[in-house]
Amino acid sequence: MIKVKDLTKNYGDLKAVDDISFVVQTGDIVGFLGPNAAGKTTTMRIITCFMPPTSGTVEVDDLNIFDNSLEIRKKIGYLPENAPLYWEMNVIEYLQFIMGLRGMNGGNSNKRMKQIVDICGLGSVIHKDIGELSKGFRQRVGLAQAMIHDPEILILDEPTIGLDPNQIVEIRNLIKELGKEKTVILSTHILPEVEATCGRVLIIHEGKIVADGTAEELQSGFQGRERIYLELKNQDQEVENKLSNLDKVEKVERISLPSGETKGFHIESSKGVDLRESLFNFSVQNSWTILELKREQASLEEIFRLLTKS
Amino acid sequence: MLRNTWIFCKRELRSYFNSPIAYIVITIFLLISGWFFFNSLFLVNQVSLRGLFSIVPFIFMFFAPAISMRLISEEKRSGTIEVLVTLPVKDWEIILGKYLSALILLSTGVLLTLTYALTLSFMGNLDEGALVGGYLGLILVGATYLAVGVFTSSLTRNQVVAFVVSFVIVFTLFMLDKVVMFFPGFLASFLEYLSVDYHFSNIVRGVIDSRDVIYYISVIFFFLLLSVRSLESRRWR
Repeated sequence: MIKVKDLTKNYGDLKAVDDISFVVQTGDIVGFLGPNAAGKTTTMRIITCFMPPTSGTVEVDDLNIFDNSLEIRKKIGYLPENAPLYWEMNVIEYLQFIMGLRGMNGGNSNKRMKQIVDICGLGSVIHKDIGELSKGFRQRVGLAQAMIHDPEILILDEPTIGLDPNQIVEIRNLIKELGKEKTVILSTHILPEVEATCGRVLIIHEGKIVADGTAEELQSGFQGRERIYLELKNQDQEVENKLSNLDKVEKVERISLPSGETKGFHIESSKGVDLRESLFNFSVQNSWTILELKREQASLEEIFRLLTKS
Repeated sequence: MLRNTWIFCKRELRSYFNSPIAYIVITIFLLISGWFFFNSLFLVNQVSLRGLFSIVPFIFMFFAPAISMRLISEEKRSGTIEVLVTLPVKDWEIILGKYLSALILLSTGVLLTLTYALTLSFMGNLDEGALVGGYLGLILVGATYLAVGVFTSSLTRNQVVAFVVSFVIVFTLFMLDKVVMFFPGFLASFLEYLSVDYHFSNIVRGVIDSRDVIYYISVIFFFLLLSVRSLESRRWR
């Protein structure tokens, strides 16, 4: 369990993190979401004992970052932003170096090395210099470094940056798999990523937490109105007028294709009103052919933009 | 725990010797020192290493900053420092390991000049006391300069800045006893005591006095302590 209490970090006059508090339970996968320079990396650097906060504290399983930094660092695996590595070392030398400093040696460490090389898909590059590897492989070496001691807590700063779509899916699955037993905190500014991997989302903006909850909670919480998308086979002006006059419909918006043709309609109603049934019946009454009818949710992207637009 | 120190030291040694750095630096060192050595041998016609011992501290002023400049600044530039200091290791283990690796590289260069001494021993009688004293002195001077180099490397993410600043500090330490005549008595003897070269000239004479050795050990300790503090300073930034 990670308890962050009243955390503040100033760089000179700049408040990078401004009085943040939150708790991460064991087994949670938490995503830090925020624009660049929102304070995600700074928060992670404080939890990993890279630097101390200006005020406030972090506790990991009742250990305090000020008094028990070494013990906390043993529990945490950390992948910093951009996966910094020694380019002149080869992959296996580097992982052995990290293992040595993690106090891992003997037969078990060889077994663990094989495991981690498998998990991270490094088998084909193990004797290559890190400097010769592609960005994707370097990112994986960084992940291997963070996970090599099988830590209870994984802190990953933008873990999928620079990976191709297949690798992104692999890494996300890996993180989800790990998250079953371990606590994972990851940061990203890729929105589908948090939706795909994280049980919980913290949106950070200008050093403050502006939203906290599961992706669904955030979506329902920030949706002011219900919106339905309707596409009919024949959609002329008459259709639009009739729709606007329907009970409980507050607004009908025509969506046009670049060619000028109508693609469909956005029909809005107030919150909690589900128009889908009445729209279906109404179309049947008028013998309109429905091509598509769906309820639209505010995407995380919209919420994000709403919250972080200054 | 010295185990971690040794792991850091090994990593640095590997990166020195896996790249051309170590070989280039040692070759240049041997070329320059050899040129001065043979010059004095044939010109003065004396079976003595004095020429070598007087020139090497000069060469060290460039040699030591050159091998220590990248030790920490490079980690800062590439960001690997963030991985290092979030591992369960102590800051002094990082500093000491890196320092030892540089010291091993420098000592390798110095010990290779023993071939000059060997050449001499075929030509005449070598003063063994002066030989041992001279080499001990050289290594102490080099070790001191490297401690300065590690410190300046911990201040910046730019290797060139680290080199220049450590050269300036080392040069000052070297020159102190050459400018004492401009200062009044008590200050002069104080400056003389702080000078690297003053203690070196004592040791080179073959007189190994604990005061001189203590001087070097304390300067080394002082700069390594500053390096640890400087690495920790991320903590209050």
